[in-house]
Amino acid sequence: MQRRAFLQCLVGFSAAAMLLPLRALAAIWNKAAFESKDVPGALEGLDVPSEIPSDEIDIMAPQRAENGAVVQVEIRSRIPSTEAIAIIAEKNPTPLIANFVFSNGAEPFVITRIKMAETSNIQAIVKSGDKYYVAKRMVEVLENGCN
Amino acid sequence: MANDMKMRAQLKGDIAEIKILMSHPMETGRRRNQLDELVPAHFIQLVSVTLNGKPVLEAQWSTGISKNPYLTFHVKGAKVGDKVEVTWHDNSGKSSTHQDLVIQA
Repeated sequence: MQRRAFLQCLVGFSAAAMLLPLRALAAIWNKAAFESKDVPGALEGLDVPSEIPSDEIDIMAPQRAENGAVVQVEIRSRIPSTEAIAIIAEKNPTPLIANFVFSNGAEPFVITRIKMAETSNIQAIVKSGDKYYVAKRMVEVLENGCN
Repeated sequence: MANDMKMRAQLKGDIAEIKILMSHPMETGRRRNQLDELVPAHFIQLVSVTLNGKPVLEAQWSTGISKNPYLTFHVKGAKVGDKVEVTWHDNSGKSSTHQDLVIQA
């Protein structure tokens, strides 16, 4: 192969390889849900028609968080066939924080650290089949962690 | 990008406890720097974890995940030596991948 043709081929391939995943990723990320500024909008973006309150979802979080920049939350669903857990901080500028989808033996359980703007409920939304369940837990936040 | 992720996958019974610490600023787009300029949003949007090549966790995130994200989750039916691979992608098109093996706790 001519060197120039090879280089052109290489450049073309690299450009395609860089562009394609970006476009694919932009399509995967749920922009409508994550950029929504209120909880109803976030739930609509997640295609949640209605949520059933459940005491089969455990949310562990501090009662008081000194610094809203780092609030550790632990969520476990005991609802059979849980497929996904979404985390919402009700009064954040964009309330939907994360959506975790479990498969191939992963348990419906997650620990992570979130930002909270002010004192509010944390909601855990659990998807099981075509039903959605919710549990809430209040966290008092002393310093805004959403800047 | 060798040191931007730390992972430990420990087998406890037949459950692998997978802990991941990522290095990322997770900028909200609302913070101002010393020059009073808004720092653009820069955050991880997608995280995927596989065990021996099979997806076990797929996460989508907003800027509401804390700086230097931390994650723990559990996979049932794992064995010592299973390969765990984590990949994240952020909103600027960067990505990072890290691999480790499940060890006995």
